[in-house]
Amino acid sequence: MTSAADPVVEVDDLTVRYGAAVALDGVALRLHAGEMVAIIGPNGAGKSTLVNAICGLLKPAAGRIAVRGRTALVPEGRQLFAPLSVDDNLRLGAWRRRDRDTSQVYHLLPELVPLRHRRAGLLSGGEQQMVAFGRALMARPDVLVIDEMSLGLAPLIIDTLAGHLRRRHAADGLAVLLIEQNARLALDLCTRGYVLEAGRVVAEGTSAELADSPAVADAYLGAA
Amino acid sequence: MGALLQYLVTGVGIGCGYALVGSGLVVIHRVTRVVNFAQGAFAVVAALTVSTLLTAGLPHGAAESLAVLLAGVVGLITGAVAIGRPGTTPQAALVVTLGLGVFAYAVEILAWGDQPRSFGGVPGSVPLGDARLQSHYLLIIGVTAVVLAGLALLFARTDVGRALTATAANPYAARVVGIGVTRMGLIAFALGGMLGGLAGVLLTPVHQVSFDSDVVLVVNGFAAAILGNLSRPVLTLVGGLLLGVVEVLVAGYLNSSYQTEVALVFMLAVLIVRAGRHPAAVEAS
Repeated sequence: MTSAADPVVEVDDLTVRYGAAVALDGVALRLHAGEMVAIIGPNGAGKSTLVNAICGLLKPAAGRIAVRGRTALVPEGRQLFAPLSVDDNLRLGAWRRRDRDTSQVYHLLPELVPLRHRRAGLLSGGEQQMVAFGRALMARPDVLVIDEMSLGLAPLIIDTLAGHLRRRHAADGLAVLLIEQNARLALDLCTRGYVLEAGRVVAEGTSAELADSPAVADAYLGAA
Repeated sequence: MGALLQYLVTGVGIGCGYALVGSGLVVIHRVTRVVNFAQGAFAVVAALTVSTLLTAGLPHGAAESLAVLLAGVVGLITGAVAIGRPGTTPQAALVVTLGLGVFAYAVEILAWGDQPRSFGGVPGSVPLGDARLQSHYLLIIGVTAVVLAGLALLFARTDVGRALTATAANPYAARVVGIGVTRMGLIAFALGGMLGGLAGVLLTPVHQVSFDSDVVLVVNGFAAAILGNLSRPVLTLVGGLLLGVVEVLVAGYLNSSYQTEVALVFMLAVLIVRAGRHPAAVEAS
């Protein structure tokens, strides 16, 4: 058993390059078991690169990434399998596991039940994000990584998604790494956060500390 | 009237072979985006293997099955060479398959010589009205129907089939959920090998095969597949059947040497119609 103090994700001195361009430069990050941590920052700061590296989807040029347990990613832009049904999308979320029974996810996300046989590519953005969330849950992850949960979605859907996320976090002790354009939402959901700018961590702390920091408040919270 | 019915059954039989070759191209192209020019070689290798196995005393059925499995292995090897190295572009892989297709000539000539071979199929014929339908064509049609239906079931009802479709639709998302994209490409190549092999095994009793028979097969299979934009299995079947019937009618009523030209004209017509419909897409490419 992992105790709450053990980090489930440890990133040290992570550097990622795309050709000559440096996307991440010496990034360090900790996510502890049962913790919800936000990563905020402007477009092009390297947030997606960071989560793709943590999820093993791209190879770092240098540094160390240690993950204890299983990660699942809700990727930016949903990235569903458009021609497949919602149910098939969910099944493939459990590709690494033997048990691909989708009933548990319908129980957790009842909004998906009426969409079950619809083609994923024909759903609205909010419905697609719900499917992407369910697909990630199908992996029974220890660490859920969400890349832009609220981008382009209506406030009502965002509330529903945030509610589901809180419940999974509270009930299953799911550790969550949340990338959000909406810094207010991110700091509201998470207990801690990192601010990423131009491939470097420029600030980190509890959500309260970050919200109080003038730099963060100016740049991301639109404080008057 | 009887002659026309005979031509139709013969054409549909031949067209089934083209549809099988085309389906192999489609399966491989959908999953890997590679146009596999070695597709005809799978048919030739399987057909020549059957002739050897039958000579060695293996019974019909066993010989054909083994040859189709071997074609699957050849497909797998072709895939491993063409897409095994991560980061290979589909265009580079296309050239690799072209090279492997030519290399296959050398292997086939060394192993089987350069003379055409054939072997017996299902003998006899079935009377229907005043026509006599050759039993072997009916076998080709029946086997193709069963195999293509099975293929459709594989894609619709099994997780491997879903994963193949998922990889075709969104390779990045496939990686996100842990599907091995290269492994799916290799499965597609193995399936393509077996489909091509089956075409060769089925057609050889009615059309002798030699090392360079792959050209006719791949041109016709490609023409059939291009009707479905290299990604639609049902249109590929329609295209294959259409080609088979038209070619047999042209051979029967006009001249039997126009067979390949029919496929090429058909392919050109499809491309011209499609280009006319999407002028912007042509300018962009």
